[in-house]
Amino acid sequence: MSDPAPAPDPVQIRIDGVEKRYGEHEVLRGVSFDVQRGITNVIIGASGAGKSVLMRQIMRLERPDAGSIVVDGQDIVPMNEVALTKVRRKFGMVFQASALFDSMDVFENVAFPLREHTKMRRKEIRERVMARLEDLEVAHAARKMPDELSGGMQKRVAVARALVLEPEVLIYDEPTTGLDPITSRTVDELMVRTREQYGVTGIVITHDMASVFFIADRINYLYEGRITASGTPEEFLASEDPATREFLEASGVGTSAAFAKRR
Amino acid sequence: MTESVQEAPAGSAEQLPPEAPGEPGIVIRAADALIAIPVNFFAEIGVVASLLGQALFWGIRRPYRVRLWIDAMDFIGVGSIFIVGLTGLFIGMVFGIQLVDGFRQFGAENQVGAVVGLALTRELAPVFSALMVSSRAGSAMTTEIGSMRVTSQIDALTTMAVNPVQYLVVPRIIAGTLMVPLLTMLFNLIGIFGAWIICVKVLALDSGVFIDKVRWYVDLEDLNQGLIKAVVFGFTIALIACRQGFYASGGAAGVGRATNRSVVHSAVAILILDYIVTSLITGQGGL
Repeated sequence: MSDPAPAPDPVQIRIDGVEKRYGEHEVLRGVSFDVQRGITNVIIGASGAGKSVLMRQIMRLERPDAGSIVVDGQDIVPMNEVALTKVRRKFGMVFQASALFDSMDVFENVAFPLREHTKMRRKEIRERVMARLEDLEVAHAARKMPDELSGGMQKRVAVARALVLEPEVLIYDEPTTGLDPITSRTVDELMVRTREQYGVTGIVITHDMASVFFIADRINYLYEGRITASGTPEEFLASEDPATREFLEASGVGTSAAFAKRR
Repeated sequence: MTESVQEAPAGSAEQLPPEAPGEPGIVIRAADALIAIPVNFFAEIGVVASLLGQALFWGIRRPYRVRLWIDAMDFIGVGSIFIVGLTGLFIGMVFGIQLVDGFRQFGAENQVGAVVGLALTRELAPVFSALMVSSRAGSAMTTEIGSMRVTSQIDALTTMAVNPVQYLVVPRIIAGTLMVPLLTMLFNLIGIFGAWIICVKVLALDSGVFIDKVRWYVDLEDLNQGLIKAVVFGFTIALIACRQGFYASGGAAGVGRATNRSVVHSAVAILILDYIVTSLITGQGGL
């Protein structure tokens, strides 16, 4: 990333006291943590801990009941849809089920954000889209429809689409859920490579511990509606917090042996 | 199971409320069901009105995606020509048979052209065109938008800083409002032609008398009455179709239910609005 004149704040998104309830059901009870700029921030937690709900608040697909989400100095919680439209251009998002537009082919899917948000000419769009597709090794499928692709390839196209406007933050919702171990590993490598190549801030929501220690620079543990532990993978493994330990033991990475194999 | 508590998101199966320990008796349940009818009706009006508010808000804002408007008009308008024409032809033909048969009993079959013309332009053309468009295009729009909702494609639009109401709902409302009146004109033409065929070629009425009666009795005001209705219906069925799709939930089964509701609500809305508009235009009927 090119450096603006003053050194950028190392924290890209400050999430403070975010609460969300659905009727009687309290899902987020005051989530606070920082998303660090230029690295991969992983949010882990058991199924039903509220990870996807948290993601929907960060992306402001829903409005939190309380708290603040400050993106580069702007609190996005009170914003209206018009203002949010501008902020959202900083973000790219890769959905669990890829969420490619099934009425468009792969090329059109990736070209879509460019057509919507830039005045690029046809040729420029073509070049940019094909470059992204080649980076992600799906250029040969440019004229295929999304339903003709395998899960792993759909994921690559979704990443290409999320990257095409060069966002500062890329959010992945459960990127490896439902994929076989080999494809999962490819997607993990893809996430690491994307961060190295484009320098984007990553937010990855997952419960796949095999992938966490491969991709994470920082880990945040979401437990009962709060972030109860945050830190580097080393710090996280050394945590004495009983809930964290239990999660680690259950994932089979309680020992540092698994960690030794990282990268 | 927090993932299944989200507002209108992907895939989550609708959760059934837990069974209460003492099931209420049939009287209580019947009373509940009765009370639920007006409550749900007004709740539904509220949801539709809120979507309409958003559509107006985003409809006047740039960018104007003319390409999408044209695509929607093509889908709703051009795509419905055949089915609306076919309906018009058969409605006209049946009407011809029935009227000649009925009017012959008191020797008034030379008036058939007048009644066919008035009934088609004022009532039958807008109502049947709208019903056909709703069952053909409305249901398809609900299914399309609904499956986009349950597979997170609508969320994807939002995250790509494209307002989904502006992108999906506005073009369809514009297209519905403009296309149903045009289809109604087509229905008028083909319907009267169908009646003429039956009356003149099959039932041996005089062609000159038939055409003369149509021209003498059908005024611009009658056509306008039909077209105003068509505008109201086209707008309403597009709005209802979008509302059902946009807030669909519960996976593929949920989209199916939404499509079902879309067609039923549209048909009911058409019939109720038909009475209201007719009453307002004619100054009769108590409104």
